[in-house]
Amino acid sequence: MNGQPETYAMLRARAVGRLLRMHLESHVGHVGGNLSALDALLCLHHQVMGPDDRFVLSKGHAAGALYVTLWTTGVLDDAQLHTFHRDGTRLAGHPMAGWIPAIPVSTGSLGHGLSLAVGMAMARRLQGRPGAIYCLTSDGEWQEGAMWEALILARHQRVNHLTVLVDVNGLQGFGTTDEVASLADLAPRMTGFGVGVVTVDGHDPEAIRQAVVRQDRDPDGPRVVLLRTIKGKGVSRFENRLESHYLPLSPEDYAQALAVVGEEP
Amino acid sequence: MRTAVCAALMALYQQDPFVFLTGDLGFQALEPLRTLMGERFINAGIAEQNMVSVAAGMAQQGMAVWIYSIAPFCYARPFEQIRNDICHHGLPVRLIGNGGGYGYGAMGPSHHALEDYGVLLTLPHIRAYVPIFAQDVGAVVQRMAAESTPGYLRLGRCERPDGYVVPPYAPWRLLLPGGGQPVVVVGPLAGGLLAALASVAEEWRPAVWGVSELPLTCHPPPESFLAAVRASRRLVVLEEHVVQGGVGQMLAHLLVQQGIAVDAFVHRHALGYLSGTCGSQSFHRRECGLDPGSLLHLLGVV
Repeated sequence: MNGQPETYAMLRARAVGRLLRMHLESHVGHVGGNLSALDALLCLHHQVMGPDDRFVLSKGHAAGALYVTLWTTGVLDDAQLHTFHRDGTRLAGHPMAGWIPAIPVSTGSLGHGLSLAVGMAMARRLQGRPGAIYCLTSDGEWQEGAMWEALILARHQRVNHLTVLVDVNGLQGFGTTDEVASLADLAPRMTGFGVGVVTVDGHDPEAIRQAVVRQDRDPDGPRVVLLRTIKGKGVSRFENRLESHYLPLSPEDYAQALAVVGEEP
Repeated sequence: MRTAVCAALMALYQQDPFVFLTGDLGFQALEPLRTLMGERFINAGIAEQNMVSVAAGMAQQGMAVWIYSIAPFCYARPFEQIRNDICHHGLPVRLIGNGGGYGYGAMGPSHHALEDYGVLLTLPHIRAYVPIFAQDVGAVVQRMAAESTPGYLRLGRCERPDGYVVPPYAPWRLLLPGGGQPVVVVGPLAGGLLAALASVAEEWRPAVWGVSELPLTCHPPPESFLAAVRASRRLVVLEEHVVQGGVGQMLAHLLVQQGIAVDAFVHRHALGYLSGTCGSQSFHRRECGLDPGSLLHLLGVV
């Protein structure tokens, strides 16, 4: 970095490059949902969260983006990332808890993380402990009924130190969210439960930060931030395409994406 | 046993505060606990999947948490949440399921819990507790609270016979000494059998053992029980639970592992809904041969 402060663009380029290398080397898919979530993860961990705060990755298939984010913060090192998806790793395809505070709970089955986050936030309040809870969900995940159970309880219990971010990339495993079981538009459905909702560009870190840290948060419940994102952002073969959910990265995809962000292979 | 569990939890709360979540159940039973606990008594609504994960999230933050519902709503609907969020994390969340076995009777199969401990004990870390008498509940709650592992408490209806003096609580107990073959009974089902055997001379009646904690790997049977099995070469196991995952299977496995041969092994267990009809708990026990009369015939004491 030649002594210059790292800009967000530089940070993101570094993270994208490392994320894609990790997925290329491991031949693991879910690249699209990692790239759509990466800006939110970087923003939360670099610009929002303090030492008392905790993060729950409810869309556990974006584990790669979480690991790389924790690599950018120095929690994980390069050797640990190299174990991704290999025998004996702690860096499974979906997060495993119990070894670092930055991964407080295991996730992977959609529809669990928000309830866990609600419980964590309620516990903090009952214990009188500081710290907020942040939870990132996918958009298709809201087809799970338990998500709405969690939202109802969080609102009813006025859990106001919980922020829920939704990665609205519009694609799920076997179709678009609108084709499969549309919840469009999520915002009025959520506000119908009495929850405060804001929608921002999920690739604009400043917009994300402002939405999350707004001082006028609703005292009566959790805040929801809907992130408009592009699945597979930065990999031209994957952008907004269903293939980005499952298919692994090719060397050509990798080279193309690195060129976009200006990273060296 | 609901009143007993309420009293036991109130005593525990005064020793060591915890959080209690109910799936909108506990009417005319848990009101004193709610009054005592205030904001730590949370009605999580009719949303058991969320309730289980919320409890796990609270436990992850270091809180002791108890959950309450009708048994199948507690273990069957939120099974994946119990598996992933409680057991895979090894979190000390305690589940209380009311109405074990056919306990809810004519309310219908949706309310019965015929496979609860068998299913749950396939998961890591969790232990199951099946008190036999209301008098056991206080000790069971204390033992569950002392463990750092997940626990499941199967509550039933106390069927203690009049005049029967409950022996001190233990995971395995000799409930009634006898000169005959050993009989193992799980949970409150033992009450009816004890009443039926009360008038039988000790030399003729079976020795009735009660089991209240599972799995057997954590609470193996005492040597005196195994000696009785070796001597009689017979064993009868009775439980209001399906055969798969039941204590009968657990004991058969244990005996084989320990090289204890028996000439006769009888396992009476829940059989579902043989007639396709529904009725009281006693009705279903009769259909399964778990009623006192059938058991006396089985044991050859009539």
